[in-house]
Amino acid sequence: MHFTKKLGIGAVAAAMSLSLAGTAQAVDLQFFFPVAVGGKAADTIEALTSEYAAAHPDVKIDAVYAGSYQNTVTKALTAARGGQPPQLSVILSVDMFTLIEEDAIVAFDDLIKTDEDKAWLKAFYPAFMENSQTGGKTYGIPFQRSTPVMYWNKEAFKKAGLDPNTPPATWKELVEFGKKLTVKDASGNVTQWGVRIPSSGFPYWLFQGLTTENDVILANSDGNKTNFADPKVIEALQYLVDLSAKHKVMAPGIIEWGATPKAFFEGESAIMWTSTGNLTNVRTNAPFDFGVAMLPANKRRGAPTGGGNFYIFKDSTDDQKAASLDFIKWITAPKQAAKWSIATGYVAPRADAWETAEMKAYVADFPPALVARNQLEYAVAELSTYQNQRITSIFNDGLEAAITGKSSPEEAMNDAQQKADKILKDYR
Amino acid sequence: MGPTAKRTWIQAWLFLSPAMILLIAFTHYPAAVTLFHSFFSTPRGKRPAKFVGLENYQTLIADDTFWIVLVNNLWYALVTIPLSIGIAIAMALWVDSKLKGRSFVRMAYFTPTVLPLIAVANIWMFFYTPGFGLIDQIRGAFGFAQQNWLGDPESALNAVIVVTIWKEAGFFMIFYLAALQTIPASLREAAAIEGAGRWYFFRRITFPLLMPTTLFVSVNAIINSFRLVDHIFIMTEGGPDNASSLLLFYIYETAFRFWDTAYASTLTVVLLLILFAVAIGQFLLLDKRVHYR
Repeated sequence: MHFTKKLGIGAVAAAMSLSLAGTAQAVDLQFFFPVAVGGKAADTIEALTSEYAAAHPDVKIDAVYAGSYQNTVTKALTAARGGQPPQLSVILSVDMFTLIEEDAIVAFDDLIKTDEDKAWLKAFYPAFMENSQTGGKTYGIPFQRSTPVMYWNKEAFKKAGLDPNTPPATWKELVEFGKKLTVKDASGNVTQWGVRIPSSGFPYWLFQGLTTENDVILANSDGNKTNFADPKVIEALQYLVDLSAKHKVMAPGIIEWGATPKAFFEGESAIMWTSTGNLTNVRTNAPFDFGVAMLPANKRRGAPTGGGNFYIFKDSTDDQKAASLDFIKWITAPKQAAKWSIATGYVAPRADAWETAEMKAYVADFPPALVARNQLEYAVAELSTYQNQRITSIFNDGLEAAITGKSSPEEAMNDAQQKADKILKDYR
Repeated sequence: MGPTAKRTWIQAWLFLSPAMILLIAFTHYPAAVTLFHSFFSTPRGKRPAKFVGLENYQTLIADDTFWIVLVNNLWYALVTIPLSIGIAIAMALWVDSKLKGRSFVRMAYFTPTVLPLIAVANIWMFFYTPGFGLIDQIRGAFGFAQQNWLGDPESALNAVIVVTIWKEAGFFMIFYLAALQTIPASLREAAAIEGAGRWYFFRRITFPLLMPTTLFVSVNAIINSFRLVDHIFIMTEGGPDNASSLLLFYIYETAFRFWDTAYASTLTVVLLLILFAVAIGQFLLLDKRVHYR
């Protein structure tokens, strides 16, 4: 069946190339992409794909907007199970192990032949490659990648008697500044919180900022072991819980991600942690002067990386795989990466993209764009394991239990580690 | 069998077949396949599914999350069904009587039903947002402190329940309104002559006559209490710590986030059994009290 299908496609392609007389064999590619930060990203991706298609008339790319990251991986895997996967897709970098286990993707090492290609693979930031490689092979190419950063309201700092140009640099300062920045009205109700670290949906991501700063990693690079019950993880969680419970500088309970930029614009919080992918949004909408800084340090500086990689799907012809690789090489090349980064705030994934004239002009005009890139030096792999969605969900449940005061940080993390062990023992 | 009988027989099958084919293709066959899959492990890439017997059911019994979700769902059903039906009856009686701007009020009550649940959830998200959300703005004016409705495990499920009732009551109201208008006016006149009070009239005349509608509405309400999860995706994603997760949401998560289709099948079997038991119970118990004319 499969062979005949290929024969059929070959015959059609041959007929087409005959009728088009002279053009090389045409290749059709289907490309799924997610959008996590608003409409501009979709426009930019579509503009880039049409630009590529215009320069390569033998390749036809069908760029399909597939919803959130979550929807995209669901659609791509469902399609792959049905035998009709897209040829390439941008999917969360942390879903790598899931895609490997489903036998849905190919390693880039198997497609790459020339030395030039090998050099291309080496040019990406190592911090981003941590979530792209396992077992000595590269499965994903960084594209829509980010790190979390800290935004602060300079006017609120001035009002609180703080230097508007100095953000908190350590955990201790975050609490001290937070206390000065928390404002109450006459009846004792808070009108402005000092800090906002959102925790709905995927609390593990920003929490991983805290664990990294406390010098502990959450999972090994083989994706089969987690360290949730490490005392340093528990300590970091205690700190996060204390921000609300003990120091009272952050609102209690689960804090909504989506409403976080708005809360910042409304002056409801003086400091917020969120993705650098929100940079353009904040720049356009904040009605006051704001600053962007790396996350504060404790034992060290640190942050997880985040966002999506390019993957090439297995169930395609060799021509399609070659064409996909060529497209990925083109769109991650300095000029295109710079264009993408300027339009969205995502971190251009290669050092040479930051050397382009466009990027230099952008950064000179808007220095906060550099913060996330500079933070890469301290960044670590985002939590990623086999059965990633399930493990992350267990971890998130534990974090939420501690944040809402249902369990102590220690109970919650021990419980999460036990549950994770039960699932991951099959992969060791 | 004579030719006439045979023709009747063929006709009967022809009339039956469209509904039957749809029912078998989209209800009975999937249910049977689901039951079958629940005895196998999940196939992943190169590892095919293998027969595991009752292992998935053992996992289910030991799964804390499943029990939390089940209890959540029972609470959700227990609160949403009577409240949305009660409010629907009250609203129907209100808009059935002769008041000014009657059709405007009817439309206002019905509007939530027309909106997609995803849009409704987004609107309510804004109501619930701590600090600058609508509810906190109003509470703030009276000097109350901020309240994190969706972020507190104590209130998250109830906050979601309020949205469901708001959405459901208007829908059920329409059925009651239609039923009220079929009650003959002569009954009310007779009751007035006999000197029956309004509450007495409602209890002895109106409510019994509404029973067929109540049965219909309650069947719908029960199905909805296991079916409506769209707003959970938007508002809480089942959090915090599964406090607002419902059975169908957990099934979706297991199947399409964790890709554990075998375990999701097992959960689905449980859902089917619950609905089956409820449907049987409903017809055995309620049908006796329903008087059709």
